[in-house]
Amino acid sequence: MSAATDLMNYALTGAFIVVGLCQLMAMVRVVIGPGTGDRILALDTMVVNAIGLIVLMGLAQGTRIYFEASLIIAMLGFVSTVAYARFVLRGDIIE
Amino acid sequence: MTYEIIALYAVSFCLIVGAIFTLVGAIGLLKFNDSMTRLHAPTKVGTVGVGALLLASIIYNGVFGEGAIQELLIMGFLFVTAPISANFIAKVNMHRRACDAPPALPTGEEWATFDLPATDNALLEDTIPSN
Repeated sequence: MSAATDLMNYALTGAFIVVGLCQLMAMVRVVIGPGTGDRILALDTMVVNAIGLIVLMGLAQGTRIYFEASLIIAMLGFVSTVAYARFVLRGDIIE
Repeated sequence: MTYEIIALYAVSFCLIVGAIFTLVGAIGLLKFNDSMTRLHAPTKVGTVGVGALLLASIIYNGVFGEGAIQELLIMGFLFVTAPISANFIAKVNMHRRACDAPPALPTGEEWATFDLPATDNALLEDTIPSN
């Protein structure tokens, strides 16, 4: 039991570090561009990484109250990506 | 007892797989050198990466907690919306001419993505005198 618990704790810490690093790398892509499509894609990736980080935090603390927050972030991320892309494509969000 | 140890190993495996796929997607997003090529790397983050992390949470809460259904909702929502947003970003890349041009349509029309926005059309009609 103890070896398995240790392994899960190490895996949890490693996943935190790796997903946080991926968030930073996507942030670099937001800054350097070059182009609107790349920035929209990097912001979409950052939303997905944020959902992963929230799931990891819920797993680490053993609570379930964060899953509603990550569900709302998933919906908001999709809507904001589509709104940004439509603004670039059509010059307006709701025509 | 054995059941819980197997569940802990499964949770660890899912966490490691999710972290590796998220890292692969982020490296691809940073290292590829074309807009359309960069588009395909973060799909790994959206499907296998977050999917494996959510699977780990499902297993952990199912064995040690009282079970959770919200993870399945998040997973389904992400899997349904990922292709739609990828399609929109590809259309943005085509619209901004950030990729190779697609082949011409056989009827001689223009692709709908290359149409000017409605506001730009209104501006053109204002500036160009019609006779």
